[in-house]
Amino acid sequence: MKSFKNLVIEKSIYLILLFSVMITLVTTALVIVLLGKESIEFFKQVPVFSFLFGTHWQPLIAPHSFGVLPLVCGTLWIVLGSVAIAVPVGLLVAVYLSEYASDQLRSYLKPMLELLAGIPTVVYGYFALSFITPVLKWFNPDIEIFNAASGAIVVGIMILPMIASLCDDAFRAVPGSIREGGYALGANTFEVIKDILIPATKSRIGAASVLAISRAIGETMAVTLAAGATARLTADPFVSVQTMTSYIVQVTMGDTPAGGVEYLSSFAVGTLLFLMTLIMNIIGNQWVFKSRIRLV
Amino acid sequence: MSGTLAKESMAAKPVIQSTKASRRVSRRKLFDRCFYRLCQFTVLLALMSLVTLIGHILYEGISWLKIDFFLNFTSRFAEQAGIKAAIFGSVWVLFLTSAFAVPLGVSAAIFLEEYAPKKKWVEWVQINIGNLAGMPSIVYGLVGLAVFVRYFNFERSLLAGSLTLGLLILPIIIISSQEAIKAVPLSLREAAYALGARKWQVVFGQVLPASLPGILTGVILSISRAIGETAPLIVIGALSFVAFTPVSIWDEFTVLPIQIYNWASKPQEEFHHLAAAAIIVLLVLLFFMNFIAIYLRQKYQRYKL
Repeated sequence: MKSFKNLVIEKSIYLILLFSVMITLVTTALVIVLLGKESIEFFKQVPVFSFLFGTHWQPLIAPHSFGVLPLVCGTLWIVLGSVAIAVPVGLLVAVYLSEYASDQLRSYLKPMLELLAGIPTVVYGYFALSFITPVLKWFNPDIEIFNAASGAIVVGIMILPMIASLCDDAFRAVPGSIREGGYALGANTFEVIKDILIPATKSRIGAASVLAISRAIGETMAVTLAAGATARLTADPFVSVQTMTSYIVQVTMGDTPAGGVEYLSSFAVGTLLFLMTLIMNIIGNQWVFKSRIRLV
Repeated sequence: MSGTLAKESMAAKPVIQSTKASRRVSRRKLFDRCFYRLCQFTVLLALMSLVTLIGHILYEGISWLKIDFFLNFTSRFAEQAGIKAAIFGSVWVLFLTSAFAVPLGVSAAIFLEEYAPKKKWVEWVQINIGNLAGMPSIVYGLVGLAVFVRYFNFERSLLAGSLTLGLLILPIIIISSQEAIKAVPLSLREAAYALGARKWQVVFGQVLPASLPGILTGVILSISRAIGETAPLIVIGALSFVAFTPVSIWDEFTVLPIQIYNWASKPQEEFHHLAAAAIIVLLVLLFFMNFIAIYLRQKYQRYKL
């Protein structure tokens, strides 16, 4: 009798736990089914080709035009700018943390980076609007209040802690004996870093960069506040642009009726966003995984 | 070629050889030193950005932090606007979101670490969780909009918002709890089994208590992520002009980040000060949660991965 009771407890616990794991699968299924369903509705009204390769985005005022390239262009500016800032700086910060800083200094610096990572994105947006843009304007008064450069800088600051901590993990996973081999051959710290550490961790550095790109693509509030809402194909980073994410915010903030083509267009853009970040995440996670196996 | 050259020069003029070598050595030393300074400089730069950010916000907002700011609802007039509704909304969201996400997240982590068979589908579940954790928050907003707001007809209620945020932080809670459970040594489990404990007794009597500080740290950090999240709530239609405090899960609501967004996007200067003041409140709340998490980790964590 007692063992029967135990069996029931054991089984029911197993089922409850299994149920919670299933929730994650259900979430994924929901994402795919919903985005897919609404996108199909959208593409019934707008041809796929003119969506993907159209150069004019005017979804809210007639005549409607749904060419997504201007939004992709806006996102691209943010991604390029922020990654160009965050990857070199993050890498150097990680080098400093793992190779130069004493344990005590490290124990102060690490939480500060975590603090930087924990600040909500809307705060970064406010910072861009009220501090970075005025500073940029100080150098060149002609730039617009909302501009891609300000957004890119602030997203760069945002993803910096993530790159720094991923690279730091990678450096610390390199066995000490490899470093010591370098020092024994007479290399100094810079040469050990340049010729041993970076080559040994390059796939994980790459993975960190890819994951950072994915973060920058999906970043919403900072970009919405800083970069504005003017969808356009432009080569000038100092004018207002609109990213895919800030378009979704713009549409859903207004009172667009459910089922209308504007409402559906936000799901089509969301699907594109989802696919882009998914590919980046898969590549990034794969690289981290592979290199972890080889190194340890 | 260079070898013979070196031999010749060594035989003829050993002095020049040594200066050449020493020049090279000093150049290498210079690079080494410069690189060290460069690293130092970038770390300083990163810290400066943190200090500038916090300093700027304090400078802009601290004088607007008055008692009335906490007691008033938002208003068209900057002098009378406050964050009462936003604070109530944020606290509601905090508790509702944790009520959904924490039990589910921790039990999923327990399943994956303690019960899951070594099969292909478990591996897929794990990869899926990793991808969910990296999905942009605004996509969760779209899902919440379509499922909770439209399909289940929860409207723009606290329930819809909290469920959406719950889905958002679920994968993060699972991953951090898994790390905490992994850190518990096998010997602890074996000792419990040796004393005749059953599997569920081992898991809930030994492993879970031992990993609780680590789990709590992860949970607190995930919830603080939910508190600062704006985009998904905007997508599901949380309002920015709310002049009442929500009393049930079916009420409309606003939260601090949305209030901040709303004020920051206004053109008038006074509202930017209000936004800064609200940011101070939000950051104090988040830093306090972070502080608790770090304290728990350092004080109670017996097992480190």
